[in-house]
Amino acid sequence: MNLENFLLLSAVIFCIGLYGAVTKRNIITVLMCIELMFNAVNIAAVAMSRYIIPRDIADNLGAVESQIATALEANGQLTDTVLPTLLTGQVFSIFIVTVAAAEIALGLGIVIAIYRNRDTVDITEINMMKG
Amino acid sequence: MFSLDVMFWLLAVSSIAGAIAVVSMDDVFWSALCLVVTFLSIAGLFVLLNAEFLAAVQVLIYVGAITILVIFAIMITRNFQEGSTSNGFQIISKITIGLLLICMTFALTSTDWNQWSDYDLRVTPGESTVGLSATEEGIRNVFSDTTPILANLLLKDFVLPFEAASILLLAAIIGALVMVQERNR
Repeated sequence: MNLENFLLLSAVIFCIGLYGAVTKRNIITVLMCIELMFNAVNIAAVAMSRYIIPRDIADNLGAVESQIATALEANGQLTDTVLPTLLTGQVFSIFIVTVAAAEIALGLGIVIAIYRNRDTVDITEINMMKG
Repeated sequence: MFSLDVMFWLLAVSSIAGAIAVVSMDDVFWSALCLVVTFLSIAGLFVLLNAEFLAAVQVLIYVGAITILVIFAIMITRNFQEGSTSNGFQIISKITIGLLLICMTFALTSTDWNQWSDYDLRVTPGESTVGLSATEEGIRNVFSDTTPILANLLLKDFVLPFEAASILLLAAIIGALVMVQERNR
């Protein structure tokens, strides 16, 4: 279990999702595959924020170490240490989840509107903007 | 540690199997259920990465909300004769995406990541787990209680994107309602 494992897993899930999004004909399956790709990106972001040490922290690791040790001994809260910087990847993941939720709600709204009008969910048959 | 590694491989295999099942199932309903397997495995992976809040968010939003929405949409638009067939791009997209996967694998294994394990970090207080190196144990101590700090980050440093996200969600709700409602003309 290290960074490369997580990134490889993320790449594999991303590629499976991309394959489904490119080849499937049912719009709902395509939307599900896009969700898979979002999740793969989330895994990569969280794994990076967990395993990678930023350069400026690495340069003065001794100070960071004593800062964390003092904070842990005093009250167990790491708010004033480097931890908020390290958690930026998780914040990005939370925003990705938000955007994914909005995207799936709008996407399924469009799917249902198209199904009402055209009676199909096959993306190869939905070509009303074709010239 | 041994059991953490075993958990990682179990979750990795189940998430990839679920993802493959999503793409290969003929019935859209079954592929939505396989999507749940993948989402739950990814929530477990987040727990392994010390991101407990994100794991909870994953279960609530993806497993709880998005899958239910997808299943409702499938039940409204289901076509039993067709199922989830593929278009004619299968072979060429298999080749292209295989090449992409090989490129990504090469790129991320050959990159020299600046990792914590390259440094000697010693943070003593906190629970000690048997079988971990000192640096890994220190990192687990640093990442032990991340939820309050995430809350601080979201409502202080990232408050503008946070508010923008709430406006985005409101717009998405109204937009979805407008598109789905019946028009009586």
